Amino acid sequence: MAESTQAPAAAPRRNLIQSLEIDTRLLGMIGAFIIVALVFNVLTDGRFLTPRNIFNLTIQTVSVAIMATGMVFIIVTRHIDLSVGSLLATCSAVMAMLQTDWLVGGLLPLGHPALPWLAIAGGLCVGVAIGAFHGWLVGYLTIPAFIVTLGGLLVWRNVAWFLTNGQTIGPLDETFQAFGGISGTLGEQWSWIVGGLATLAALWGLWRSRRTKISHDFPVKPLWAEAVVAAIIAGGIMGFIWILNSYEIPGRVLEREFEARGEVLPEGFTAAYGLPISVLLLIAVAVVMTVVAQRTRLGRYIFATGGNPDAAELSGINTRLLTVKVFAVMGFLCALSAVVASARLSFHSNDIGTLDELRVIAAAVIGGTALSGGVGTIYGAILGALIMQSLQSGMAMVGVDAPYQNIVVGAVLVVAVFVDILYRRRTGD
Amino acid sequence: MADARGTPLVELNNISIAFGGIQAVDDVSVDLYPGEVVGLLGHNGAGKSTLIKCLSGAYRMDKGEIRIKGQPVTINNPRDARSHHIETIYQTLALADNLDAAANLFLGRELVNALGMVDDAAMEAETRRIMGRLNPNFKKFNAPVSALSGGQRQSVAIARAVYFNAQILIMDEPTAALGPQETQMVAELIDELKRQNLGIFLIDHDIHQVKQLCDRAAVMKNGQLVGVVNVDEVSEDDLLGMIILGKTPEHLAA
Ligand SMILES: Nc1ncnc2c1ncn2[C@@H]1O[C@H](COP(=O)(O)OP(=O)(O)OP(=O)(O)O)[C@@H](O)[C@H]1O
Ligand SMILES: [Mg+2]
Repeated sequence: MAESTQAPAAAPRRNLIQSLEIDTRLLGMIGAFIIVALVFNVLTDGRFLTPRNIFNLTIQTVSVAIMATGMVFIIVTRHIDLSVGSLLATCSAVMAMLQTDWLVGGLLPLGHPALPWLAIAGGLCVGVAIGAFHGWLVGYLTIPAFIVTLGGLLVWRNVAWFLTNGQTIGPLDETFQAFGGISGTLGEQWSWIVGGLATLAALWGLWRSRRTKISHDFPVKPLWAEAVVAAIIAGGIMGFIWILNSYEIPGRVLEREFEARGEVLPEGFTAAYGLPISVLLLIAVAVVMTVVAQRTRLGRYIFATGGNPDAAELSGINTRLLTVKVFAVMGFLCALSAVVASARLSFHSNDIGTLDELRVIAAAVIGGTALSGGVGTIYGAILGALIMQSLQSGMAMVGVDAPYQNIVVGAVLVVAVFVDILYRRRTGD
Repeated sequence: MADARGTPLVELNNISIAFGGIQAVDDVSVDLYPGEVVGLLGHNGAGKSTLIKCLSGAYRMDKGEIRIKGQPVTINNPRDARSHHIETIYQTLALADNLDAAANLFLGRELVNALGMVDDAAMEAETRRIMGRLNPNFKKFNAPVSALSGGQRQSVAIARAVYFNAQILIMDEPTAALGPQETQMVAELIDELKRQNLGIFLIDHDIHQVKQLCDRAAVMKNGQLVGVVNVDEVSEDDLLGMIILGKTPEHLAA
């Protein structure tokens, strides 16, 4: 087995992207997103890339993106979850009923400050329990996930219907609604603070990983490359905050707010929405899921099991229990998405989350998660969700009819997967 | 000779296992002493891999008993086997193709830092260290195992088996994909591990190599044990005869 020499002579000059050690797949996805955004910006005479639309785009993406991060783990372990939309509906129904009915009256008065939090806790528990139950059916009873969750798709949609007697439940608690998007934002100052902290954390992470490499005598990239990467990250984070902070609260909304407090809107006073709490929640989910995927044993076992289930089993990994955990995480994330989705609507409706299973799977797959298992990234799934949402809202803004929108989205899914296959064939991974 | 060495490290007593209608292993008994290499020989499908998988925890035997250092033990899964310091190089290598060498080497036993996070850098450093000893030509530390050659993959599997201070080592055709130089290194490794008093089950189709590396050879045919012989007392032709005819020449029974 003559070791192939790493061909240092054949490639004497590393190109820019190689020196920066940036993931080319990530670059490709960002490129695709930028193209989509620019095309729609032209088609809408500049209305697509306004702070207001970008703000709306991000809050519309959150619910699907949160679930897509969980779907990555499911698909990486060679399973599928068709029930996420229905599970979201059941969790949403539970939370809506808890805060407007079940807990109210005997126990707590309506509007009690603990209500939304108890409702959220209850919904999360239900999500985890149902997810773990799916995982048990798949892992221990070895029923294919496709069947279990196809059943779940029908069951949980209608359990939600029974819980609410088919009624729309609302309005939801005001604190609860703050998780929905526009009704809960950090405001200008706090958005800058959060952005600053995030930048510092990212730079610290870069610095630490460089130090670890040096301490083990592994090769590191040149300092200038490190600086460029740091600048891109810092610029990206702060630029995003800047855009969100540029979306000013309309004057009449401010006027109403001041009136409610018995004050008069001062002349020339402006305020911006800033970072929505729901987006902050998505960022937190993304960070935690990425850490789980890359830095924990659980994540390592998820990827190992996806790559070779037999090898994982022979290495002493309890792959059945792992399946339960992966589906439980999915259930938790469905419940979290249910908070965001119902809060955004400000009520629970029967059709909440309908067809979300397809959006979520599409987001994960567009984001480079391989259905054959073992391959996938959290950031990819989130970018996938963002691209899908951009297409959908962009077409709506241009005035494309709904049936055409679905035709385009369906076609894009297939093409994206084909491009991914070509990419993998060329890079050989 | 066996009696002089006290308690065997491993005793496989009357092991049987069937898959559906096929009796893959039928009432087989073999033992293994510390510092000894026992070769397992037999035609394709004789049941060699199945037998050792009962010891490594991959399969649960239908009947029989396993003793380690004289104590009966239950091995229900690979974790049980690892806890008895049994390490295995599987014929299929059992590597997760999408992970790199270090992740495979430490799979199920990751090194973690103070926060409980997997410490990839430390694992890579350890992997570089042991590979430097086993296969100095190995350089692809950051590529997924799927990008390695058959022999390189085998080196990773061997490294994994010897890294964790095994007392009992099972090697199922460990040199099948290796070049002559690497095969020689594995032979030296086996000698070194013998000196460290490990017990090794070695499955190999190369009779010449078995004669060189093993102390005793157990021959199987159609799931049954043909016989166990001291390799010094038999010729290569005798072993070949046992494998093909399924009979131990009478003057040789050990
Ligand atoms: N998981 C399984 N399910 C069904 N039959 C099996 C299984 N594993 C092994 N067998 C059967 O058991 C018999 C013994 O197989 P085994 O793999 O132990 O042979 P072997 O001696 O290792 O052969 P080789 O030299 O080809 O590796 C074969 O007939 C095989 O078909
Ligand atoms: Mg075999």
